[in-house]
This record gives sequence, C-alpha cells and structure tokens, in this order.
Amino acid sequence: MAAASTAMAIVLGGVIGPAVLVLLAVVIPGLVAGILPRLMRTSLLLSLPIAISVLVVNLFFYPAGRDVLFQVGPIRATAEGLAFAIETLARIGAISGAVTLFYLTTPPSELVLDLERRGVGPRLAFVAISSVQTVPAMVERATSIIAAQRARGLDTEGSFRKRLRGVLPLAGPVLLGSIAEIEERTMALEARGFTRPGRRTLLWHPPDSGRQAIARWLMVAAVPALLLSRAVGWLGPLG
Amino acid sequence: MLTLEGVSYRYAGAARASLHDVSLTFGDREVVGVAGRSEAGKTTLCLVASGLAPRTVGGTLAGRVLLDGEDAAPLAIHELSGRIGIAFASPATQLSGVAGSVFEEVAFGPMNLGLPREEILQRIGEALAALRIENLAARDPARLSGGQQQLVSIAGLLALRPSHLVLDEPTAHLDPEGTRLVGEALARLAEGGASIVIAEQKTDLLAAICSRIVVLDNGRMAMDGASDKVLADERLVEFGVRPPAAVRLARAAAEAGIPEPQRARLREVISA
Repeated sequence: MAAASTAMAIVLGGVIGPAVLVLLAVVIPGLVAGILPRLMRTSLLLSLPIAISVLVVNLFFYPAGRDVLFQVGPIRATAEGLAFAIETLARIGAISGAVTLFYLTTPPSELVLDLERRGVGPRLAFVAISSVQTVPAMVERATSIIAAQRARGLDTEGSFRKRLRGVLPLAGPVLLGSIAEIEERTMALEARGFTRPGRRTLLWHPPDSGRQAIARWLMVAAVPALLLSRAVGWLGPLG
Repeated sequence: MLTLEGVSYRYAGAARASLHDVSLTFGDREVVGVAGRSEAGKTTLCLVASGLAPRTVGGTLAGRVLLDGEDAAPLAIHELSGRIGIAFASPATQLSGVAGSVFEEVAFGPMNLGLPREEILQRIGEALAALRIENLAARDPARLSGGQQQLVSIAGLLALRPSHLVLDEPTAHLDPEGTRLVGEALARLAEGGASIVIAEQKTDLLAAICSRIVVLDNGRMAMDGASDKVLADERLVEFGVRPPAAVRLARAAAEAGIPEPQRARLREVISA
C-alpha cells in the first residue's frame, strides 16, 4: 500500500492531488490506527533534509524561472521555482508519510511471516528485516566508541574540519565490529538450521481480511487509472 | 556420543593450527567443562565439535568428528543443527532478530527444520519449562537482560532437541546476576541428564555443574579427568586457569594451619 501511495504521489501533479492522497492514504489510516502524532513527527523528520535541499535548489536555481521574487547577490529566487518546489514537497510529504505509516504499523516479524507465506524466500525476507534491525545496534556501537575515544582525549567538537578528523577514526571500529558481529550472527543462524533448503513451518501468519485485500487491490488499480486519467487530462485541478 | 579423533584444525589464513591432535569423547548425559587460558583453543574446540568449523568458518580440519560412531563430515550444517546445538558468549548476536516475542524466538530453529506445527508448539513449551522462563514467553527478546537473553538463546537450542549442547563461554558477557541465572539453569539441565560441553574461564561455574574437566593449552590436551581432581590439581595455574574459590580457600586454610575438621566445614560453606 505504501508503494501504491508512493507511485500515486508521483503520478499526481500539482499540490491538491498529493494533499488529497495524504489525507486519504496517510492521515485517515494514521488516525484510525491511533498513531497520527508519531506518524507526523517521524515523517517530518524523515523528509526534512531532502525537503530543505529541494526548496533551496528550486527556489534559487529553477532554470525556467522568470518572475523574480527577491535577489541575494547574483542569485535570484523565482516564483516558478517556488511553485515547482512546493509541488515537489507535496509529493515528498506524501511519500514519506506513506513509508512512515508502513514502518509504524508493521512489526518486522509479521512482515517476514507474511512475505514467506506469499512465497518469498526466508533468506530474502530475513535480509530485508535484519538490515533495518542492525541500524540501532550500529548507532549504539558508534556512540560507545565515541565516548571511549573522547575519554582518551579525542576531540570531536569544534570546527567542521576538526570534527571530521575526530569522526574518521570511528569508521574503522564501527565497521569492523559490525563485520565481526555478522560472523557470529551467521554461525548462530546456521546452527539453528536457517540454511536448510525447503520450506519452513510457519506457526501463524498475520490475519488478512477480505476488506484489506480489496483496499490493496483498489490502490494498485488506482495507479494505472490515475496515469491514464492524467494523460487524457480528466483530472482537472488534481492533475 | 560425540567423539573427536586426532583432530587438528587451522583457521583459513592462519600460520599455525589452533588445535593439535585432540582426541576426546563426550559421553551421553555427561557434562564436560573445557578450561584453559585465552587463545588456548577452547572456542575452536567448540566450533569443531559443533561442526561450524570448517563448514561455516572455513579452514582445514584433519582427523574425524564422530556422532554416535558415525562420521559427521558428510553432514551439512542444517543436518547437524538437530543433533548438536551451540551457544556463544554474546547473547545479542544469537537472537534471530526477526522474532517479536520469546515464544517466536524459541520457535525459530524448529520452524527452520520444517517440523509439524504441533510438535514445534510442544518443543517450545518443553524448552521454556526446562529453563523456567515460561513467564518470558510474550516478552520482546530485544528488551530482556543479558542473562535472560542467554537463557532464551539456549532455549532456542533445546527446542532443536540436540543430543549434545556446546556452550562457548555462555556467561562471559554477563553481569554476576546474569551469570548466576545461567549457571543455575545449566545446573538444572545437567541434573536432568543433558549432555553438555561448556568452555568457560569461570571455574566456580565449572565446579558447580561439570563431572569432568578438560584443560587445553596451546591447542593441545593438557589435562582430562574428574572435575574435583582436575580443579584441585596444582598444575592448573601453569595452564592459566584460576582454581575455583573453594580450592583457593582450602589451600589458604592449609597454609594458615587451620585443622582439617574446620577446613572441611569451610569447603562445605563455599560449595553451597
């Protein structure tokens, strides 16, 4: 569903289209699931860096910009650039909202089970999940290494160059430590029969109601439908 | 019965072997401790005994590993997983990372083996009960203490019903409370007739649960005998192994001239 929302956000032009999409496919489901405040916060944080760069780049450097809003030295901010930036931001907002909704409502263990039930190999599903799961472990490791190196006099504050110099020695221990951990993880998995060929027994799978299946198919079907409508010009202000 | 016959093992890229001509038999229902200083070959012995070396780790193995008299060499690692279980020092890396609850974590191994659903459920129940962690079944494994996580990973192995359990320093990363928790659980498993090989630096833990101790030095067998004899042996210190507290206390008491009846009482207090 997140993938369908993303595709629709790209297909829909303008600001109103993605805004309607955010309302229907992100805000209302988020409200029903009772996670709207967290969803908004995470989604904003997720899209903030790219949103800022999109805004700055388009506002000042939009190639077809004519209508000058204001000028900073030789750089001109144009109205066309602003309009394009707002359109792109609306899409980014819809995409990050959809992805965050998926992340907040789908426990990894359930995703693995459901993917497996639908015939995806357990290894593929495992790789997808474990790569997400190792991020917090790496952050934790990096934090403790920084603390340990600071305790031994490493300067990680001050000017940008100084900080960069201070952070470089971290890369080695963090990466090597993670690789060493991967070896032990692999051994533990193999010792529990993970590499056995053939199907695993699935104890249970997340319930999948008829209504959910219909919603899913409707969203998937909406993508080519919107694509066609936009090409023909039926969408009016949404397109 | 798990037998190593003239086993030598060298890691890939290593200049010299980590195990030299080791011959050992781990009997059924026997709890054997493996002691020795760091780098003596304890972990390597565990990896070879469990079949992970050379299958997963690489390297070259000379000699034979026999399972109930059958050569283990042709068996794939997943075929061995139902016969020999191995646990490592770090609790966090042994959890599958894809299970949302302890129950699912323990189910991971039996699910991989493709066992029937009812049997898996029964095995999970038994494994949790054997370690007395039924109360943790619904908890998220990632949010447990180190000691509890280690018990969960051992339960995950028990659910595979291996004939031998190989534990490589299972308490090395644990605090005293976690060590006590795991130690007590292992003692119960040992009393229940499990076959365990446990490599450990903590000789107090070995003294509490093992009937036999093997000491490795520089990849070679240095000592092999009944637990109380080996742990009280004067040569233990030469092999970089610190004797258990009870032995050290008894020696100190003898040196201080405390008469035997009181010394016997001291030993009782310490081993309790």
